[in-house]
Amino acid sequence: MIGQAIADGLLTGGILALGAIGYSLCAHMLKFANFAHAEMLTWGAYLAFAVVAFLPAGPAIGPFSFGWPLLVAIVVSCVGTGLIAVAADALVFSKLRKRRASSLTLVFASFGIALILRNLVLFVWGADAHYYSQELQISLEVLPNVRLMPDQVLVLVLTVALVVALHLFLKFSRIGVAMRSMAENPALSQVCGIDIAKVVRWTWMLSGALAAIAGVFAGLTVQIRPEMGFNMLLALFTAAILGGTGSLFGAVAGGLIVGLAESLSALVIPTGYKAAVPFGLLLIILYLRPQGLFSRSARV
Amino acid sequence: MIGFVSYLVFFLTVALILGIATLGLNLQWGGTGLFNAGIVGFYAIGAYTFAILTAPARPELLGNFELPWIVGLVGAMAAAALAALITGLATVRLRGDYLAVATFGIAVTIQLVATNFEALTGGTMGIASIPNPFRGLFAAPLANNFGYLAVVVVILAIAYVALERIARSPWGRVLKAIREDEVAAETLGKNTRSFRLQAFVIGSTLMGLAGALYASFIGFVSPFDFLPILTFQIWTMLIIGGSGNNRGAILGAIVVWGIWSAIGAASSKMLPEQLQIYGGAAQAMIIGLALVLVLLLRPRGLIGEQPVTSRHAA
Repeated sequence: MIGQAIADGLLTGGILALGAIGYSLCAHMLKFANFAHAEMLTWGAYLAFAVVAFLPAGPAIGPFSFGWPLLVAIVVSCVGTGLIAVAADALVFSKLRKRRASSLTLVFASFGIALILRNLVLFVWGADAHYYSQELQISLEVLPNVRLMPDQVLVLVLTVALVVALHLFLKFSRIGVAMRSMAENPALSQVCGIDIAKVVRWTWMLSGALAAIAGVFAGLTVQIRPEMGFNMLLALFTAAILGGTGSLFGAVAGGLIVGLAESLSALVIPTGYKAAVPFGLLLIILYLRPQGLFSRSARV
Repeated sequence: MIGFVSYLVFFLTVALILGIATLGLNLQWGGTGLFNAGIVGFYAIGAYTFAILTAPARPELLGNFELPWIVGLVGAMAAAALAALITGLATVRLRGDYLAVATFGIAVTIQLVATNFEALTGGTMGIASIPNPFRGLFAAPLANNFGYLAVVVVILAIAYVALERIARSPWGRVLKAIREDEVAAETLGKNTRSFRLQAFVIGSTLMGLAGALYASFIGFVSPFDFLPILTFQIWTMLIIGGSGNNRGAILGAIVVWGIWSAIGAASSKMLPEQLQIYGGAAQAMIIGLALVLVLLLRPRGLIGEQPVTSRHAA
């Protein structure tokens, strides 16, 4: 029972972590809470769904529920979702930044963008749930009394791989270094010849792509719904704040903590309240350690 | 004609109730620069507290105390204030977007409690027969609705006058100073955290009051009456009307609620049953679009903020 809850929690936690990293990157670079980030998860899931529906159905790969079309779809969806994020920035956020609007005005605009994007999904794909595949899967007993679907195992493995790859990217690639330096001090970075606009575009692209992957994973392991991202928004925020905004491994830890807390809470409180667990965690962390668990700075 | 008048009365009552919530937001955002992303949460707390305090007793429910109408209103305001205090205390030291996130959280949580705590809230069935002092008072329902509209107008007027007075008071000027430059306000010896917390609690109290008035007017509450879209609606009302201006807040409430109702009416008339959902989506998209466009093109709204000077400075 508890083993299964931990396994489920890690799975949700991994998906939340991917979403939270993307959110945290943007929040750290551009200094505002982007309420539209959750819609990037939804759009990622739906774009991939559209590609899968368009491609001819292939046979499923090994024990998984999906075939190669979904792999193609993930790549297309990452690019597409990244471009949506870049477009939102070009059309709205960058204009507000140029006007030197306060960060709360940006938060506010993200509210409006979220509303537009979420309802656009409703327009295009309707309110019903969708699935990437109708294949049934046989769950594996990975540990005694802990059963996982093959898809879920894959999601966990891929999440770990992605986080490692992202860490290396931020640490060693030119653009990764530029991103970190801009987060520290935009003016100084500019003086050093870093093209701020390009770095911002990269940040949105990366954040959108991560959100798309999180959305596809959520769609693969649960289902694809217009409100799927919105329902995860609070958990994403909590994970990012818990980890300390801007910290990659912090966001991962935050995602895992929130995922585990949600799924373990089902053992003690009625499942209807599961979605309130992140809020409880959020209040505790804001009272006790608002800079997050893994942030070095003491100031917020 | 009677049909139109009674619709107009109904429309105005809801619009002005939302106007009270918009006034509350104007104190928080327009006056102090506090971002409340969970307006619907405080509104729902007010509505449910009112329902629990005043609705006729039912054996399966813990609440439903059948208390007088006015006790319900005061209780609703107190409950909303308490919720605001808890979220405010957690975030008042932090950067503004933390308040946004925390208030968003409270809205989500209230929605869950309303749906799941059946013994108190009636779950998805909600609470019915919430008293309205005018229901059944006169033979004609229109007269009763007129009476209730008058009550709402009076409460709105009281809130408006009170907010106008405090905006011009030294207290209101400190809020504005915090909005413009918090460090400067602090340098002048103002305890900005305390001021921000006060403004946040008072604003949320008004949202709770609006929720209670709504519950009493409709006579029924259920989780489906308090969807996140309400938060966006109130924000749009304030921004379109003119943030920082109390008259703008009320005007925005009427204009936006008018547009919203018109689209709703048009789509329910013209669209077949299975396409109704698109009408709702269109309403929400237009709200979102309006928010973004006003921010980009006319940040001051219809009637923007007026410069205010102290009565004593001449």
